[in-house]
Amino acid sequence: MSAATRPKSTAASVQDNVLDFIARFWSYLFLLALVIFFSVTGQGFFSVRNFSNILVFSTLVILMSIGQNYVIITAGIDLSIGWTVGLASVIAARTMRDLALGGMEVTPAIIIGIVAGLLVSLIPGIINGVLIALVKVPPFIATLGMFGIIRGAAFLLTDGQQVVGGLPQNLRDTLSAFGNGSLLYNVPEMGLVWFNRPPEMTPLQLRGTDMLVPYPVIVVALVALVFGFILARTQFGRHTYAIGGNLDAARRVGINVNRHLIIIYVLSAFTAGIAGVMHVFRFTAGSPLAGEAQLLSSVAAVVIGGTSLFGGAGKISGGVIGALIIAVLTTGLVILNIDQLWGFIVVGVVIIIAVLVNQAQSLLERRKTAH
Amino acid sequence: MATGVPLLRVSGVCKYFGGLTALNRVDFEVLPGEVVALLGDNGAGKSTLIKCISGVYRPEEGTVFFQGQPITGRSPSAIREQGIETIYQDLALAENLDVSANVFLGKERKKKLLGFIPVTDDAWMRHEAEKVLDRLDIHIPSLRQKLVNLSGGQRQAVAIARAIYWNARLVIMDEPTAALGVPEQRKVLSLIQSLSAQQIPVILISHTMQDVMEVATRIVVMRRGRVVANLPRSAATVDSIVKHIVGAGDMTD
Ligand SMILES: Nc1ncnc2c1ncn2[C@@H]1O[C@H](COP(=O)(O)OP(=O)(O)OP(=O)(O)O)[C@@H](O)[C@H]1O
Ligand SMILES: [Mg+2]
Repeated sequence: MSAATRPKSTAASVQDNVLDFIARFWSYLFLLALVIFFSVTGQGFFSVRNFSNILVFSTLVILMSIGQNYVIITAGIDLSIGWTVGLASVIAARTMRDLALGGMEVTPAIIIGIVAGLLVSLIPGIINGVLIALVKVPPFIATLGMFGIIRGAAFLLTDGQQVVGGLPQNLRDTLSAFGNGSLLYNVPEMGLVWFNRPPEMTPLQLRGTDMLVPYPVIVVALVALVFGFILARTQFGRHTYAIGGNLDAARRVGINVNRHLIIIYVLSAFTAGIAGVMHVFRFTAGSPLAGEAQLLSSVAAVVIGGTSLFGGAGKISGGVIGALIIAVLTTGLVILNIDQLWGFIVVGVVIIIAVLVNQAQSLLERRKTAH
Repeated sequence: MATGVPLLRVSGVCKYFGGLTALNRVDFEVLPGEVVALLGDNGAGKSTLIKCISGVYRPEEGTVFFQGQPITGRSPSAIREQGIETIYQDLALAENLDVSANVFLGKERKKKLLGFIPVTDDAWMRHEAEKVLDRLDIHIPSLRQKLVNLSGGQRQAVAIARAIYWNARLVIMDEPTAALGVPEQRKVLSLIQSLSAQQIPVILISHTMQDVMEVATRIVVMRRGRVVANLPRSAATVDSIVKHIVGAGDMTD
């Protein structure tokens, strides 16, 4: 079918295309601008080490943003995932510790701990999903209730402590080798080294070693790719958008909306669970507070990335960019020695810009097709 | 034309919304090849009746038979599997998705990526959507357009395309011409006639008496949740139909 080419002044259409490009990619451009700004103004910002730190730092929010993105695309919200991260980390750490102290080998103890943390993280997701899809509790209320429940449960499981510690040293070493390790290192005067830091290093080499491909970043990249692919290319993804766009229509064409929504909330809890388990690897301990402070960042990342809070639109890559913007901003402000409170202000402003750009973009799209 | 066993039979169906009786012991039949016009004032229960047929609502009482089988209370997807396609009054489209995604919504064609990963076959669906829109003689500049950006008539065309694509055994249309311009209205009417010529019956809800008189073979009038008239087109005049719709000269209730 030939698109009817309308006579239109080329100047106007060039202008439209530029606007369209900016509306689509402004978050990428903004991230780039931030990186350039901090690289010029901040000592040591522009370095492999700092970039790898930023990536590792952003893994938590990226993971949470992936599940949150699915939820928000269906026009929902999940306020409980911050504590789900904590719950999963507590369960995983406790399980690994108790098994190792009970005499189990480190590797099976870790694997069982991972599975336990992930499985338990699904429970709040299932309950959220059932409440929202079947009992018709609004997502905000259901997940707020769950917020309180998991928070209490996570603290009860640590006997009121803020951490689950006391993991045996050999267990901690193995966890840390992954959680703080890299597939590839760059060691001064030695070059590239795969898998493990060389055992013997001079203090200079120790300080100068860069992690080129940190393991947590690999895990998060894989999770983002898989869930981004599912959203963009599969029937499940298509139905996710349809439910967010018109829930009633989705139901009437025969999509099993209730089942789909339950899966979405389980998925959201699951990516939080991955984040919780990863916390144990990075810090060799569990904590109820492992993700609590990142809940709002996960929502912010998703909104900055172009997902509409009204549902029906959004991409996983958008949320990843949003999370990176937050991470770059936070790190940059530290390097510039500026109060973190400014970070909150800037993130707030960026969220508002994101919403405005979103609206401008749909106006633009409509204008383009109006004539 | 219309003879023999009913393809669809609705028997004694009741539907309540809270204290409101939306359908009160409705009996209703559709024979092969018929175009049944379902008429009635606003709120008479027409949309509720077709939603009880298409599986959106589960009636509190009564049974819906399709090809002799009871299908009451089945899910919308199970009903679509049976070959009943519905164009709803509010169109039931996902406006955030593009044309072909809507035509195939809920019945997406899939292909295997790398031999084992099931993904939506978007190129194929776009191609097929183009064909069905051509068949309807409806022109939409780009099938990649999201529906928010289309006109009311174009959206209606998408809803119609979605229903007729699947070689349905029964097509239900709730006010299909409401948002259309005159030329598109003509196309929909001739489409209805060609469906019935292929022995595919149509249930048509419309407030446009002219359309009804032109294509209907039988006329059923509802009022306050009841069927109050059921007459062949040949026995109906606009006057008599309107009287049934408004209830003039009607002693009951
Ligand atoms: N989901 C619902 N909840 C409560 N009441 C409803 C619902 N759907 C319909 N009704 C009520 O049921 C009655 C029948 O409505 P219905 O939509 O079937 O009428 P209709 O004949 O299609 O009217 P119209 O010509 O305006 O489309 C009305 O009184 C309506 O208000
Ligand atoms: Mg109606």
